[in-house]
Amino acid sequence: MSIWNNYGMGRRHFMQHMATAAATLPAMNFLSHVQANAAALKARNKSCILMWMSGGPPTIDIWDLKPGSKNGGEFNPIDTAAPGVQISEHMPETAKVFKDLSIVRSMSTREADHGRGRYFMHTGYVPNPTVTHPTFGSVVSYELGRTRSALEIPSFVSVGGGSGQAGFLGMSHAPFVVGSDGRINNAPSEEGKKRLPGRLEMLAAVESNFIKSKRGELPEAHKDVYKSAVNLMTSRQMAAFDVDKADDFLGLEAETDETKALYNPAAGGGGAMGMGGGNGFGQSLLMARRLVQTGVPFVEVNLGGWDLHQDVFNTLSQQRLPILDRGISGLVTDLKQRGMLDDTVIVWMGEFGRTPRINQNTGRDHWAASWSNMIGGGGLANGQAVGATDFDGVRVADNSKAYLPSDIWATVAHALGIPLNTVHTSKRGRPMKLANGGTPIKELLG
Amino acid sequence: MSPLPQWIQRISGVTLSVSVFAAGVATCNIGFGADAAELSIVEFIDANIQQAYEDNEIKPSAVADDGEWVRRVYLDIVGRIPTLEEAKRYLSDDSPRKKSVLIGELLDSQDYVRNFTTIWTNNCVGRRTPRRVSRSGMEKFFREAFAKNRPWNDIVVDLVTGEGHFEENGAVNYTLAQMQMPDEAVQLTAMTTKMFLGMQVQCTQCHNHPFNNWQQSQFWEFNSFFRQVRKIEHRKVDPKTGRRVDDFSEVVTRDFSGPVYFEKRSGLMQVAFPIYMGKKVDPNAFDRRKEFGKLLVAADNGETPLIAKAFVNRIWGQFFGYGFTRPVDDMGPHNPASHPEVLDRLAAEFVKSDYDIKAMIGWIANSTPYSLTSRFGEDNTVDNPSAGEMPLFSHMYIKSMQAEQLYDSLISATNAHKAGKGGWEAQESQRRRWMQQFVAAFDTDENDEATTFNGTIPQALMMMNSELIEKAVNADRGSFLFETFSKPGKDSEKLQDLYLAALSRRPSRGELGKAQRMISAYGARGKVYAYQDLFWALLNSNEFICVH
Repeated sequence: MSIWNNYGMGRRHFMQHMATAAATLPAMNFLSHVQANAAALKARNKSCILMWMSGGPPTIDIWDLKPGSKNGGEFNPIDTAAPGVQISEHMPETAKVFKDLSIVRSMSTREADHGRGRYFMHTGYVPNPTVTHPTFGSVVSYELGRTRSALEIPSFVSVGGGSGQAGFLGMSHAPFVVGSDGRINNAPSEEGKKRLPGRLEMLAAVESNFIKSKRGELPEAHKDVYKSAVNLMTSRQMAAFDVDKADDFLGLEAETDETKALYNPAAGGGGAMGMGGGNGFGQSLLMARRLVQTGVPFVEVNLGGWDLHQDVFNTLSQQRLPILDRGISGLVTDLKQRGMLDDTVIVWMGEFGRTPRINQNTGRDHWAASWSNMIGGGGLANGQAVGATDFDGVRVADNSKAYLPSDIWATVAHALGIPLNTVHTSKRGRPMKLANGGTPIKELLG
Repeated sequence: MSPLPQWIQRISGVTLSVSVFAAGVATCNIGFGADAAELSIVEFIDANIQQAYEDNEIKPSAVADDGEWVRRVYLDIVGRIPTLEEAKRYLSDDSPRKKSVLIGELLDSQDYVRNFTTIWTNNCVGRRTPRRVSRSGMEKFFREAFAKNRPWNDIVVDLVTGEGHFEENGAVNYTLAQMQMPDEAVQLTAMTTKMFLGMQVQCTQCHNHPFNNWQQSQFWEFNSFFRQVRKIEHRKVDPKTGRRVDDFSEVVTRDFSGPVYFEKRSGLMQVAFPIYMGKKVDPNAFDRRKEFGKLLVAADNGETPLIAKAFVNRIWGQFFGYGFTRPVDDMGPHNPASHPEVLDRLAAEFVKSDYDIKAMIGWIANSTPYSLTSRFGEDNTVDNPSAGEMPLFSHMYIKSMQAEQLYDSLISATNAHKAGKGGWEAQESQRRRWMQQFVAAFDTDENDEATTFNGTIPQALMMMNSELIEKAVNADRGSFLFETFSKPGKDSEKLQDLYLAALSRRPSRGELGKAQRMISAYGARGKVYAYQDLFWALLNSNEFICVH
């Protein structure tokens, strides 16, 4: 267009990117009509399970204890299966599997506000009014989901929500949110399922008329999304969401009581937390394993209740840590016995850590300057603690490198085989480096 | 085949065409100033846009038929499709002026107020109401503003300078919503310039603008107007439980004078003072936002204030799917407008009308480009902005319904507003509940263009299986389907009503035949069953969810 050409480099540059952004829609390719190919699904698919600790967990009481310090609190450290690595006494089961896990003890992340911290930890970027960055699950969905043509269920599942946004990668990579019971919002009723064929036949007639009337791409795009939704509704891969459902073809079994028990505190320990009880964390992780097994590359599981401004020690020992301990150890054990651990990266983080200083309500407040993340599986060099804080836990130790979430996500990208020089383009044409240009943590690469 | 577009007939009576304009003004004895045009504003829009067709060697699509147009104008002005009765009434109206009459009626309706209140509440506080922000306070502010047709400049000044209790002065919720994070009013600065001035200065928070000469300092100069803003989140003791709970939020002005500091890329610290477009304000001004408000509306040297241009561009974009710039809120030397004369004239007339919002919407909705079909013609396939081309407005661009439009249209299609129980409050709360689910399923990016389909699987599932849709296709006594089905008359008439209710048009003969064949194939399962499924299909169709 003549007028357009006068617009100069910048404008054209923008428009090209816009055209690309628009073109990502048809690429949303859940609609393989090919019957799910069991062999393809069982190929060594890499995946990531993120355990998100909503509220900001006191890592000084979990992963980086400070015995002897005024900030040390009430808990003692115990040895783990990994020589030289100690964690909280309230994490005994996790301690047993620690050869397959690692701690990064020198996180220093600046953002100590819930909203900002959640954004920063999930994306690697600080919030910025110019652009909405994708949460890392969306990045993985974008990079790996597209290559899994046999996958009929969404490539980024968030159990419990709160996982952030797909940003400039587009809605098809937004987290697909389910409850811890695996229930999908607005799944069809039995009656609805029965009527579906008739309804879809009528729908096809109406829709194709409108598409033929030549009004641009939007009517076709609508049809594609409906196809995906129908594929999802009728996919046998839906069995992955239901821990009590078996599907031989997919290699999924109805989970036994034994397996369920792996993920959950023994009855009586830590209150009413059996399956379907107050704690959905264990069940969510078990579902996460099934989803990963089915080929979903990123699953995020949310465990809340960490904003412990008061009564931190009782809450941890009585409530949070028993759930967390069994959840982590159950997942590691289960993944390992199924030979999936080396292909599944586990990440554990929250918005920030909590103050080393114990406040007058026996609580700990927000603290981002020196805290821990946990990472494991994924073929990484596990069984170690990377980095350190000082004696009182108030800052990263002098001889230790400080890490950002971008470094954690770069490590994950490495483990998943996503090239680190990948660059995405924001809606406004700005190049965005994968994981904000972070560097994989050297020690973990083995 | 369509008749010759109206505007040609209209314009030929006044002057010849825009190209005559520059050369031929002398003969018409009018100066080429703001009031040059003997052409009315609508004629000016038509002529100018027509000129661009000729320059680009394209021909516009035909004028939309009545069904297509009436559905569009309802959706754009009142945020929902016409009901069955409304559609029928318009289709059977023979008056040559029926378009402009309807536009006037819609602008004077309660639904216009409600629609624009929804849109601007979303613009100002988002769909997901942030914590400690009063959505109802914000809605009340806009409801009053649009009901009284308050001048836009007054509305903007209230939003930008508001102070006080978040329900007593609902305007402050805009500011509260932009102060969710402790960020030295960066978000508030960026949003204010973007939303009301159509300027995206936020990149210059960190560096000079790459494509124009905006300096980093400019961002912080804007920012320094907002640094006196403080929000207070009051708490109170709940007498029942004895616990402290959230009370009201409030915006106050705090003492702050002197410069703000920012870091250059080089690491150098710099200072910035409150300056708006080269106009300095005394840094000791008691309330800098009040000064900012005055500068926003000042029209020195006959210049059109940016707030007028930004608003006109946004409304045009709302009606056409694309504004004169893309995105609509990024205007500036780096991003020239597609039809600068139309934009300038509209903005100038808007100011002259004392920022009369309804009048301005009327000009846009009465224009010929707005009346064209959304179908591509033979000779305008290049006019395809979704492929990155500059919009020429030679056919209507198809848009995807916004969440609220979808909900309200489902209600209209099924006459649920009539059967609705519990009155306005109950209906509003039902709508709010549905919107929450919708927002959760959507993760809506407020800035997504309406012209791309952002539907997701959760959305499709909601449309296919939710309680709302089950209610819509319910055939119990008193329901829309029951009424339609049980009244006397031929099947073909009843089917027509279903099409009219959902799509505001009658089915073609082919569609009718196909529908009847499918219905008879239902056999023993019964006709009601078949009607339900057909109506389900119509409501789930791309034609339903598109504004076209």
